[in-house]
Amino acid sequence: MLKDITLGQYFPGNTVAHRLDPRTKILLVVLYIVALFCAKSWGGYATMAVTLAVCVKISKVGLKSLVRGLKPVLFIIIFTGVLNLFFTPDDHYLVEWGVIHISQAGLVRAFFMVLRIMLLIMGTFLMTYTTSPIRLTDGLESLLGPLKKAHVPVHELAMMMSIALRFIPTLIEETDKIMSAQKARGADFESGGIVQKAKALIPVLVPLFISAFRRADELATAMECRCYHGGEGRTKLHVLRYAARDYVALAGGVLICGFVLVLRQFGL
Amino acid sequence: MEPILQVKNLTHTYSLGTPFERSAVKNMSFDIQEGEFLGIIGHTGSGKSTLIQHLNGLLKPTEGQILLHGKDIWSEPKKIREVRFRVGLVFQYPEYQLFEETVYKDIAFGPTNQGKSGAELDHCVREAARLVGIRDDQLDKSPFELSGGQKRRVALAGVLAMEPEILVLDEPTAGLDPAGRENLMANIRHYHENKRRTIVLVSHSMDEIAQNVDRILVLKRGGVLMSGTPSEVFARAEELLSAGLDVPQITRIAMALKRRGLEIDPAVYTVEALERQINALRKGGAAC
Repeated sequence: MLKDITLGQYFPGNTVAHRLDPRTKILLVVLYIVALFCAKSWGGYATMAVTLAVCVKISKVGLKSLVRGLKPVLFIIIFTGVLNLFFTPDDHYLVEWGVIHISQAGLVRAFFMVLRIMLLIMGTFLMTYTTSPIRLTDGLESLLGPLKKAHVPVHELAMMMSIALRFIPTLIEETDKIMSAQKARGADFESGGIVQKAKALIPVLVPLFISAFRRADELATAMECRCYHGGEGRTKLHVLRYAARDYVALAGGVLICGFVLVLRQFGL
Repeated sequence: MEPILQVKNLTHTYSLGTPFERSAVKNMSFDIQEGEFLGIIGHTGSGKSTLIQHLNGLLKPTEGQILLHGKDIWSEPKKIREVRFRVGLVFQYPEYQLFEETVYKDIAFGPTNQGKSGAELDHCVREAARLVGIRDDQLDKSPFELSGGQKRRVALAGVLAMEPEILVLDEPTAGLDPAGRENLMANIRHYHENKRRTIVLVSHSMDEIAQNVDRILVLKRGGVLMSGTPSEVFARAEELLSAGLDVPQITRIAMALKRRGLEIDPAVYTVEALERQINALRKGGAAC
């Protein structure tokens, strides 16, 4: 059951979207988000939707898995939709029933807000679907590199992030195992009230924490044995280099973002 | 006599209905008799772990049934906890599940879940600790102060304290040194002999299996490859080897001697049995 959790799972592939430099993809996502929040009306949203559709097509990530990524935020999407639908003031309402007022402006606004959240999530998920966590942290480290001058421990943060990502599946597996073992001793995780359910988790959490600390300790020893001493002077096996496709992709991103801004000026 | 536990046409498929679909156990059937010491052996990926998690209802069969005293354990899904008390499962590296402040409390976790209390609970805990060789003065210690081998004993006691009818052990000696291994196996043998309870031992050490069990079940790719007494199984040593499984060291020596032309039955698995055969041959040779 725990194995079903996906945290921006990576789908290996060999499309242009996969081969793009992770830095390019991060920058493109930033541009995409900016453009998405600048889009004001039909023209802007249509441009963004088409952009996403094209990217999805190129990446060959199934639309199904993208839509599945929306599931955890379904509540927020519905909440936003409902809120905008019922509480957008207007001179004239289509439906008036008790406290519920639905105006045409409300309808349009609810539609846009829901569309915006969906596009936002699917767009960012597309990046994590096509970029392995290691490459993603590499890209982030490189992009945040200038901050090192301001004594921000960029390398350390990136290392912590990749270690954390690396251990998520391990910890999930471990949790599963410990839960099974305690169930074999008659632990009951399903019945009872909230207090009882929380108490029932103690036999899982204690061994889980102990093993997480043990693992951290072992990892630290192993890293020290291999003379790890932070980012200073550390070279990389896979050096990130921009290729022609990255410049093309970035130029495309800037153009689309600019186009949306222009549309906004004209109120489209 | 009716078997205590029956596995009938058991199939288990992971991730059913996804591209990752994979059958770990395929149409497997076998019986476990009351009071028997059964050994299960097989390669990594032969379905051992999946199989034993079905025996106490941690996993639900995709197809097929598990019958405990002739009754399907999933006939009343609400009472599956009852089954887990009757079929005690000790996982691999069980010392990692210890969580209580004292050894005593940790051993008492299972029986408390069963609803035992007072003198009955105390008796169960002390009896289980005695069976695995945990001294009384260790019961008040934190389980995290103990050595690795002792932690494992405590974890084993935690399952024994539920007084299960069947005890299922998954690689109980993995990661222990030879002395610790022999010690623990001696405890388990002792428990079997005194209590006459059914034990299922999963291991990939052929020697350990050969020296302890009454019957061996050899698994391969989610199915039963062989089943029989140790001598029956090791008589088919060639087959075991070609299936990529090991045979006990003694059997290997006997096979090598036979290949060199000695009249030896290779289906031996103890030092004593091989010694008897070699001595008999010597006497025979002297008579010539």
